[in-house]
Amino acid sequence: MKITEPHKEHIVAHHFANSKHEFDSARLGMWIFLVTEVLFFGALFVAYAFLRWSYPEIFVEAHHILSWKMGALNTAILIFSSFTMVMAIRSAQLNQRLKTSLYLITTMICAFGFLVVKFFEYSAKIHHGYLPAKYFVAHGASEYLHLFFGLYFTMTGLHGIHVLVGIGLIIWLLLRNRKGHFYSNYYTPLEMVGLYWHFVDLVWIFLFPLFYLVG
Amino acid sequence: MSESVPGTNYINAVSGIKSWLTTLDHKRIGIMYLLFIAISFGLGGFFALALRLELLNPGQLIVSAKQYNQLFTLHGAVMVFLFIVPSIPASLGNFLLPIQLGAKDVAFPRLNLASLYLYVFGAAFCVYSMVSGAADTGWTFYTPYSSTTDTSVISMTLGAFILGFSSIFTGINFIVTVHKMRAPGMSWFKLPLFTWSLYATAIIQVLATPVLGITLLLLVVERLVGIGIFDPALGGDPVLFQHFFWFYSHPAVYIMILPAMGVMSELVTTFSKKNIFGYKMVAFSSIAIAVISFLVWGHHLYVSGQSDYADMIFSFLTYLVAIPSAVKVFNWIATLYNGEIELKAPFLYFIAFLFLFTIGGFTGIMLASLSLDVHLHDTYFVVAHFHYVMMGGTVMAFLGGIHYWWPKMFGKMYSEKAAVVAWFFIMAGFNMVFFTQFILGTKGMPRRYYSYLDQFQPLHAFSTVGTWVLTVGFLIMAFYLVESLLNGEPAGDNPWGSLGLEWTTQSPPITENFADTPHIIHGPYDYDKVKLS
Repeated sequence: MKITEPHKEHIVAHHFANSKHEFDSARLGMWIFLVTEVLFFGALFVAYAFLRWSYPEIFVEAHHILSWKMGALNTAILIFSSFTMVMAIRSAQLNQRLKTSLYLITTMICAFGFLVVKFFEYSAKIHHGYLPAKYFVAHGASEYLHLFFGLYFTMTGLHGIHVLVGIGLIIWLLLRNRKGHFYSNYYTPLEMVGLYWHFVDLVWIFLFPLFYLVG
Repeated sequence: MSESVPGTNYINAVSGIKSWLTTLDHKRIGIMYLLFIAISFGLGGFFALALRLELLNPGQLIVSAKQYNQLFTLHGAVMVFLFIVPSIPASLGNFLLPIQLGAKDVAFPRLNLASLYLYVFGAAFCVYSMVSGAADTGWTFYTPYSSTTDTSVISMTLGAFILGFSSIFTGINFIVTVHKMRAPGMSWFKLPLFTWSLYATAIIQVLATPVLGITLLLLVVERLVGIGIFDPALGGDPVLFQHFFWFYSHPAVYIMILPAMGVMSELVTTFSKKNIFGYKMVAFSSIAIAVISFLVWGHHLYVSGQSDYADMIFSFLTYLVAIPSAVKVFNWIATLYNGEIELKAPFLYFIAFLFLFTIGGFTGIMLASLSLDVHLHDTYFVVAHFHYVMMGGTVMAFLGGIHYWWPKMFGKMYSEKAAVVAWFFIMAGFNMVFFTQFILGTKGMPRRYYSYLDQFQPLHAFSTVGTWVLTVGFLIMAFYLVESLLNGEPAGDNPWGSLGLEWTTQSPPITENFADTPHIIHGPYDYDKVKLS
């Protein structure tokens, strides 16, 4: 990376008064988007509450099948990645372009790490036949255990898709940072992806105890 | 900023198809939405005509029972997701919101264009469903039927899912625009009431639509891998689907009606040259409707087996909606008092809304009462009720808005005489179609039935003839509006003598909306204080 090259001056879009106006608008928009995301996952948490209330026994049973160690490892990975994301933004605010990229790469490695752990978890479940209803073939399971795994795969799967989207966004940030787009006066995309990434992290912080630690 | 060459406006500033497809101008995006929404309305209307024709006689006339089910599903899905949800906000709202705020554009112009593309993309899924074994579930997609029928449910639900995101992005854009893009001096209580209503609508779009998204996604997953959460055979509960669905779809009803109410406030002030009666109450009643809308979804589930306590609470909360709605209606009427009323075409649609929405609203209160709803549930009474609100309310206000802002959007006038004739046909046709259905409903005619008892035939036939009268009205309108685009008289900047900010710029507006950033001194309806030169 040619870090000696100067950053590119940001041009404020024509309908904004100044760059602070632009930044504030973008941040408000992002927060509202995150509210829609909360509602998006919210319905699934309602479904969770409904199933847990109807069939508490399957949650206890499933807790013995899921590996809390794997879940805890992933929780640690995501929390650490949230920290590196914050540091990437901080570095941009201080005009440290190389550091910004390094922190972003660390965040991305964490995201991939999360997915690798998830991959091993998923394959173990699939291998033992713990799948949603139509394909559920596990032996000796209670009658409605398939409902748990239907929900487990839907919720963690949707979360996993969000992690994938996050990886895509971080790659986009890396490419832009390489071109020198971010500096102390302009780091809006970094801040926005950061907010998104913390949200993805937060969803997992709810998923982990609700799926892995009940019972 | 902009060196205004005389005769330059947002339409002719740049030309070519590509300049439209890649435009970031909210006005052009609004016009493109208007075009797609008009096409959707035509398509949904075509399905309605076919439905009513089939119901001319008991037994088969033109389509089979299954095709009939597909027709009413497509009519509902197209009219709800492709037409009425985006109708006023995405077309008139996009065009007017920044101008009414004195801004150059919405906060996120690229997101705005992305919303339009998502809309077209989602529409493509819906059209694909139509040609590949159209869904026959009704627009409500109730499980377990929707998870077992062999028709094309997945493409239709994915279409609605994508359209939902188009709606969410428009909502986010509008909220931020109202918060951040107001011109100097444009305080919250100087906002035009149309803007207030778009703001309230955007709140619902942002909070309710994601729940529809996840519900439809769960339905797709249910069909693909059978997670069983809505399937009683697998331990799930189909009523959960109904709760999820109506948690969005009841607030969605207010996504449809709130912008219409905003248009009403603009029409009543301009055509009576009076300040709105009780500005703050009208503004806050929009927010109140938005808030209460989230707490009433259970009134769709009175006979689903939900608990009696839930029934009672939902019934009470539903009655509450009547208060802010009535505040608006009373305030509009009070505004008219002592006004200089001009019976121009847009104002005729104001009158249509006032009467038809009031009937729709009152029958809504009837349906909210528990004992009556058991009798009327899933009858034509319900069909008539929501058509009085949706079509008698929203569509009438939409038409009023189009006639009101047409000179601003295109800089041309339409034939007032032809507009009045079309209005008469539309009013007469609408009431023929749907008032009849109130009577059919109270006599026990169930909705979504392919055939019926012989004794209902005269009323069904009358209702069907009404759709033809309605069609004549819309054809006249299409004709004179196209004629206006081709040969219309130049409209001038402010043909109605309105005080609204949008009427202070040229018609059609320049790309930047205003030559200089406006400074807001008076409110949008201060007809008692400001005299137009």
